[in-house]
Amino acid sequence: MASANAGGTPDAVLPPVPNRKSVTGTRKGMAVLFLLPALVLLGALVLYPIGYSVFRSFFDKSGDFTAFGNYKTLFTDDTILTAVKNNAIWVAVAPTLATGLGLIFAVLTERIRWGTAFKLVIFMPMAISMLAAGIIFRLVYESDPDRGVANAVMVGVHDTFAESSAFPQAHPSTESPLKSAGGGAFITREPVSAGTPVVLPLTGVAPDNMPDGAESAAAAKPDPDKVTGTAWQDFTRGEGRGKMNAPDKTEFGYAGIKVEAVKDGKVVASTEAAGDGTFALPEAADGAQLRFPASNFREPYNGVDWLGPTLITPAVIGSYLWIWVGFAMVLIAAGLAGVPRELLEAARVDGANEWQVFRRITVPILAPVLAVVAVTLMINVLKIFDLIFIIPPNSSKDDANVLALQLYNSAFLDKDAGVASAIAVLLFLLVIPVMLFNVRRLRREGRR
Amino acid sequence: MTTQVEAVKAERSLGGRIVSVLSGTAVRVFLAVVALFWLVPTIGLLLGSLRTSEDMAESGWWKVFSTPSQMTLDNYTNLLKDETITDSILSSIMITVPATLLVVIIGSLAGYAFAWMEFPGRDWWFLGVVGLLVVPVQVALLPVSKIFGAVGIFETTVGVVVFHVAFGLPFAIFLLRNFFAEIPRELLEAARLDGAGELRLFFRVVMPLGAPAIASLGIFQFLWVWNDMLIALIFADSESPPITVALQQQVRSFGDNVQILAPGAFISMVIPLAVFFAFQRQFVSGVMAGAVK
Repeated sequence: MASANAGGTPDAVLPPVPNRKSVTGTRKGMAVLFLLPALVLLGALVLYPIGYSVFRSFFDKSGDFTAFGNYKTLFTDDTILTAVKNNAIWVAVAPTLATGLGLIFAVLTERIRWGTAFKLVIFMPMAISMLAAGIIFRLVYESDPDRGVANAVMVGVHDTFAESSAFPQAHPSTESPLKSAGGGAFITREPVSAGTPVVLPLTGVAPDNMPDGAESAAAAKPDPDKVTGTAWQDFTRGEGRGKMNAPDKTEFGYAGIKVEAVKDGKVVASTEAAGDGTFALPEAADGAQLRFPASNFREPYNGVDWLGPTLITPAVIGSYLWIWVGFAMVLIAAGLAGVPRELLEAARVDGANEWQVFRRITVPILAPVLAVVAVTLMINVLKIFDLIFIIPPNSSKDDANVLALQLYNSAFLDKDAGVASAIAVLLFLLVIPVMLFNVRRLRREGRR
Repeated sequence: MTTQVEAVKAERSLGGRIVSVLSGTAVRVFLAVVALFWLVPTIGLLLGSLRTSEDMAESGWWKVFSTPSQMTLDNYTNLLKDETITDSILSSIMITVPATLLVVIIGSLAGYAFAWMEFPGRDWWFLGVVGLLVVPVQVALLPVSKIFGAVGIFETTVGVVVFHVAFGLPFAIFLLRNFFAEIPRELLEAARLDGAGELRLFFRVVMPLGAPAIASLGIFQFLWVWNDMLIALIFADSESPPITVALQQQVRSFGDNVQILAPGAFISMVIPLAVFFAFQRQFVSGVMAGAVK
């Protein structure tokens, strides 16, 4: 990724590079001195552990030889298998999305004046620890829409398009003139008549949960041409039900509750109650039964259970994207700066629209950059640990499991060095192609 | 004929301009929404850290917009009185500073040797180091914990530092070797003719000329170590853990302790964010180059 263009190729492959001969004459002792600290550390703490892990992975927890027993465990144990599957999802989804979003942002920011500020905002999460990001997203994903911003937004959007009900818990008491009409609706036992005010008492809504605009309940005035009545909370905290089945000053009207008049199963009139719970229906409702449709009592929409077992992996991937899209975007933007402007202009003059220019010219030219970004992110995702250690609550930890976390658990909690080593070897095997790719690329660049 | 073509061209460019103005607005709105999406989580943490735990239990951080009086610095003053937190910040510094300096020094020495010294198989050795760039730290956790146990530095600050140095080296050597190799040979020869020995050459010529690469490396390594949780979780002294591990211990009782977690997370972010805004260019180039880790 850094400019690796000068030299760096084994003599066997290349003619010797004359201009980097030592300028101080060859003193091998000096070279050893300069290299020793680095080589000792790398040998003991990076190279040796690879060998040890391979060796140890063929022995079980107590140190007896099991051949490939530990590797078999990786694909038979339920918890570890979840980790393998989740890792596969991570590797397939996260780098692709991050690279795609990075590409879109990089291309679009070219056209706005505050592109640099935008990039700064998107790149900023790269500076902070995965732990801090984990805490941030644990707060974002809180399931209570009054606390977690993700669900607050979901509920806000949902309620803009679908009305929420105000009285989810309301229900008639046993001696009420109302009975259940099935499906959550309630209906009067007897038909109503114009001129005689109806009382429709309900209970079950706490005073603090009354909708805005609820006032003291009032008895409806009789009107010979209309069916009038009151729908209210027939219960006062502390005092119980004052006068039963009669509105009381200390009780609240069900402001806005929907009332339908039903004759022979058909709705003939409907209205909503005023703040004091009173309502009036036209004469057509005379002789009908009054019904509270179920929509009044539907449970409110509470958003999505982000941290529950089904959505936990997508949710954590979301937090990963928040961190790494900036990385993809900056690398791709750097590549984009190298795309010749004349080429794009020529295509536009020839009548290509922006999408065609993007699809036929920009993306193909950027393909090598996109590949490097995606591969880098794949290696990164393979080792994902902190976010999964922090974000999922205990109830969904197992559902979010990944290999790096399983390795930690096996090695330091279960004390099963065999399985832990097998996971380590698996992770190492998966990065070997990239390792070879890096080495080969360096050799190729040296040849140029 | 020509005038007709001109007219068509003019028309198309006018239509094109209208379309591009419209789509320009759409792009701006879209990017503004995206930027908002990216900012809200951090703003939420900051505003949340400024509210009491009672307020946090009752309502979301966005309530401070309607009742700004809820904002208080109490969480921060309480936190900075809490010794486990102040000690952990100190531990983080005690780990991060030596781990950064050692990687820079050892990496520079090796990078110089690979760039300008002659010894058999030099470029093969270097390719070997490049191969180690992508070795996952996970491979080393268990074996190194055994080695450290045998040497007596398991669960000590020294152990954490040594581990970070070892895994910081492949990238450090890779970056510095490539940078040092670009130093003009004439500069080195001139110094040599003036009678400079190998060490003098290294400290007086190569290190100063390599300053830009060393700065990028230093910033990258500093943030890498400061932000690390996994290695500290395993290798650090559990009596004096760095800030990431101290906060991680708090996450276990998530829900009852937002008043510690939110400001704690924010304090742990202050240094990286300061570094980020102060050294944007070096930071970006360091992260870009080092992302292979």
